[in-house]
Amino acid sequence: MTLAATVEGIGLVGPGLAGWSASRELLARGPYVPASTAIPMPEALPATERRRSGKTVRLALAAGLEAARMAGRDAGSLAAIFASSGGESENCHAICEALAGEDRLISPTRFHNSVHNAAAGYWGIATGAMVPSDALGAFDASFAAGLLEALVRLAADPAQPTLLIAYDTPYPPPLDAARPIADSFAVALVLARGDAKAGARIEAQLEERAADAMDDAALEGVRRGIPAARSLPLLRALAREAPCEVALEYLDRRVLRVRVQP
Amino acid sequence: MQPIRVSAFTAVSGLGRGVASLRTALERGTSGLTPCRFDTCDLDTYIGIIEGLDDQRLPAGLEGFDCRNNRAAEAALQEDGFAEAVARAARRHGPARVGVFLGTSTAGILQAELAYRERDPADGALPPGFDYRRTQNTFSVVEYVRTRLGLEGPAVAISTACSSSAKAFASAARYIEAGLVDAAVVGGVDTLCLTTLYGFNSLQLLSAQPCRPYDAARDGISIGEAAALVLLERGEGEAPTWLLGCGESCDAYHMSAPHPEGAGARMAMQAALRSAGLDPGDIDYVNLHGTGTPSNDAAEDKAVEAVFGLDVPCSSTKGMTGHTLGAAGGIEAIICALALDGQLVPGSPGTREVDASLRARYELVPRRAALGAALSNSFGFGGTNCSLVFGRPSPAA
Repeated sequence: MTLAATVEGIGLVGPGLAGWSASRELLARGPYVPASTAIPMPEALPATERRRSGKTVRLALAAGLEAARMAGRDAGSLAAIFASSGGESENCHAICEALAGEDRLISPTRFHNSVHNAAAGYWGIATGAMVPSDALGAFDASFAAGLLEALVRLAADPAQPTLLIAYDTPYPPPLDAARPIADSFAVALVLARGDAKAGARIEAQLEERAADAMDDAALEGVRRGIPAARSLPLLRALAREAPCEVALEYLDRRVLRVRVQP
Repeated sequence: MQPIRVSAFTAVSGLGRGVASLRTALERGTSGLTPCRFDTCDLDTYIGIIEGLDDQRLPAGLEGFDCRNNRAAEAALQEDGFAEAVARAARRHGPARVGVFLGTSTAGILQAELAYRERDPADGALPPGFDYRRTQNTFSVVEYVRTRLGLEGPAVAISTACSSSAKAFASAARYIEAGLVDAAVVGGVDTLCLTTLYGFNSLQLLSAQPCRPYDAARDGISIGEAAALVLLERGEGEAPTWLLGCGESCDAYHMSAPHPEGAGARMAMQAALRSAGLDPGDIDYVNLHGTGTPSNDAAEDKAVEAVFGLDVPCSSTKGMTGHTLGAAGGIEAIICALALDGQLVPGSPGTREVDASLRARYELVPRRAALGAALSNSFGFGGTNCSLVFGRPSPAA
């Protein structure tokens, strides 16, 4: 079975990458100017949830909403795959710290926000989506694993447009030394088959070979420094709007090879 | 979907090691819950604990993965000839054609909790032996099982809280259907840690007594730990149990409370029936999520009535195993397989008197019955729902 889709919408929040539309040109032709990631506040989230949610949730939602907007699709109609290496990094740190303390008092909100699928939960509350969602991780292969999952889901149900959101935020000290993540990064793709609207067509398969790198040294640093940024070769290909193939890091020596046809 | 063969399974839990311990408890209606004696936990609650994990060792060369969660996985791999069954499947299909799809909510977070107690007093650093990738990270248990079994197929950790391991079945079924793998190790592994014990306590969802699903006096969950592993295989062959359908949905309602009318739960069950090509009347037993919190059981009861009416036998087996969180969907899938194989409707140890306001046909004690197909529910924080249908394929399929 061919794993194929049309990319109807793209969302992006990363270091020096403030949204897909703002980053498209620099990804295609440069120049890339490094800067810290600025995470926008997603307007779709009700005020209470906006207060309760942490930066990882806001990061994932911002990318997802940009992609849904570009696709011209109701965000609540999309099956959603959330892919992240570590999920809720700050909540995890705060809980470990509290548990190592005297009274072990954890805030209940902190606890339910610490699940790997917290972003998926807030996404559902923000968009009203009752269609299936998933939350997964595969360490450094999390982006390719998420894309594969989304394409496989689409193959099983071609009539159901699917949104992939891959995201990571850095751990605070001391966990940052055990798992360095350079900065926050989120990428979102609205993928459809069947009655897909305009967009690049992608086809994917697993293959044994080396993953593509970025030519720009700073962008390559971002790619290697954040699991979700392993998507950058694909984003560059989509930005250039020329037919090409990219190899995205997967497990072991394997890559997800993606053919891009604008 | 095309039915997928359940060709092997194994489990370790508070009831013991190996499937026989689970089968015996199901037949007798016994509970594996005990007063909480875990690490330094000082909470007044009951747990389902896997005996002997403190002495469990990982095979040579894999010591870097050492943590409670991977020890539980290893304990399961040593039971029921499971590792051998996977090895045969890998020879049959090729190791690159066998995937690993496991659910976990907290993976080896206990290892990080312990490391945080040993921070360097000067700079706060974690102790040098702490191996984040192979213990704390969500993917660690998948990487462990995959490495231990020598598998090279696609692999992913599904982490959607308490629906994690049910959704692992759904994910693997799609990979098999898409032709990316011929077989898959699925299920889940979740083990005791202070994060979940103190976390559920902070939400006032932890019971001080052994949990009593569906009881009028139910007042919360008992946390359990388990490793539940299932080998799914494509195509022909004999097997008493097959995965017939998977259904998923979201509540889009609240992070830690279920939709009061069980709207998402209802959608998941209906989607699972559609996926299996079955009618509600074809299901002979429903293994409820049935956590024993007032809100879960009330919402699920409404959803079950909306889908099935009031005649289908239902029970929650969390009074036996405790709520094994990210492993619950896996262990309850195995319970469904044992129920079908033994033609046995499981009971609900711990539950004394069914809440009169709940309407489903709730089974308190195990009994023999003709079972053709069973449905298992798993719901999680963030409003994530998954229902699985097990049984034998109809001759026409």
